[in-house]
Amino acid sequence: MPSPQDSERVVIVGAGHAAGELAGSLRSGGYAGRIILIGEEPHLPYQRPPLSKAFLSGELGLPELEIKPESSYRSIGVEIRAGVRVERIDRRAKRLLLGDGTQETYTKLVLATGGRPRPLLLPGIEAPERLSNLHYLRNAHDASRLRGQLQPGFRLVIVGGGYIGLEVAAVARKHGLQVTVLETQPRVLARVTAPELSTFYEFVHRAAGVDILTSTTVRSVQVDSSGDAIASLTTDDGTVIMADVVLAGIGLIPNVELAEGAGLAVENGIVVDEFTQTADTDILAVGDCSNHPSRLYGRCVRIESVPNAVGQARAAAATLCGKPQAYDSVPWFWSDQYDLKLQIAGLSQGYEGVVLRGSPESRSFTAFYFRDERIIAADAVNRPKDFMVAKRLVAARTALTSSAALADDARPLQSFLNG
Amino acid sequence: MPKIVFIEHNGTPHRVDVDVGRSVMQAAVDNFVPGIVADCGGSCSCGTCHGFVDAEWLPKIPAVQPDEASMLEGLLETKQNSRLTCQIRVTPDLDGMIVRLPKSQF
Repeated sequence: MPSPQDSERVVIVGAGHAAGELAGSLRSGGYAGRIILIGEEPHLPYQRPPLSKAFLSGELGLPELEIKPESSYRSIGVEIRAGVRVERIDRRAKRLLLGDGTQETYTKLVLATGGRPRPLLLPGIEAPERLSNLHYLRNAHDASRLRGQLQPGFRLVIVGGGYIGLEVAAVARKHGLQVTVLETQPRVLARVTAPELSTFYEFVHRAAGVDILTSTTVRSVQVDSSGDAIASLTTDDGTVIMADVVLAGIGLIPNVELAEGAGLAVENGIVVDEFTQTADTDILAVGDCSNHPSRLYGRCVRIESVPNAVGQARAAAATLCGKPQAYDSVPWFWSDQYDLKLQIAGLSQGYEGVVLRGSPESRSFTAFYFRDERIIAADAVNRPKDFMVAKRLVAARTALTSSAALADDARPLQSFLNG
Repeated sequence: MPKIVFIEHNGTPHRVDVDVGRSVMQAAVDNFVPGIVADCGGSCSCGTCHGFVDAEWLPKIPAVQPDEASMLEGLLETKQNSRLTCQIRVTPDLDGMIVRLPKSQF
């Protein structure tokens, strides 16, 4: 273990995937100063994706979600201050003011603040903290609370047909709840996938007994006589849906307030360059909270995914170790629902066409998205091999020479890779 | 406590202690072994915990399941003894197992 030079210190705000990865990568990269993680949650960095899957269904507990045990951080001299909120950054003094009244100075500061669920703001929800059956799903506390209410026979109403909502729907059906999903758009997953995928996932969920109402917006909620629980929701056509449990999965708001308060640029996330640096060279930002340039897509993107969080964390470590490496990975995501393993390579937004390889009927297919005659993204359902190759096809901005050939399952996908 | 030996592509060995029941991937992650990236945290979704298991240990580890097989098929530089280390749980039998790491994890 290197002997920490007390004057030099990287302080990381946040203790999620990005923060944990950054701490390790800094030390591996040769950083000899102090490394201090300050996290609002009272936990070591833990895996978030299982919160809506194996953790929610009770297969895994919180200790099993920890990315590394406490002894690992200790062995490389990483200090973790868990359960403490950072209130303010004083850039001039290079100092943080913390919620417990203490301060922490930094040589370099990395913001890995993540995001928080977009709140359901509706008539009837005047005191959300009182509503014992209104749920969001972002952290272990949220998931534990929801898990406690997944009782067989309960009526679960999920507002939002995105990944969180659908993953929870799948778990809840397995636990014997009656599940209704309300989606404002004409189809589920509308923001992230092609209609073919939406149709497929709607079919699968309906076959599993989930009631999916698309083009349906919730107008208000009604609380019960105690005032402590939602009793029902009313949709825009006047339908009243009774609920025992309500989950809102309507998006994430990046936690940018610290950066904003410090006068750093914020635009759908904390603005950073490809080396994860803000305009203040002593402050970096990584993960869900950051907005960074993507050379692959020729625009700035803010990506909510574990691979992005850890990828940017490695880039930040390289920057801080004086060996800068531009971050330019293919974004990727995954979602497990029922027996379906969905793996997504790239960003499909703005696509001009879709080619399907395999068939949705067989529950094993891949949708390739293209734009300007190049493959920009792929959604692979129960096709890990396609996904692995698709990542490389997207990274190489592979030209789509023939839709028929790409759709032909008999032709190896690798044959589309150049060289 | 069983020991697992990870050997980096450049030949650097890492001998680590692992609790029985933990995955081989987790053993590498807990000990900051370079070359095991494990982006997905063990859900067999990313293929970045690929390693080559020395032949004598292969009979002692569970067979490759379909998900893992499909992921492996999409990887570069795989061999007969390629495994995703997140899919191997450590048992007392695996004490001393050697896992060689590929040049790079995609």
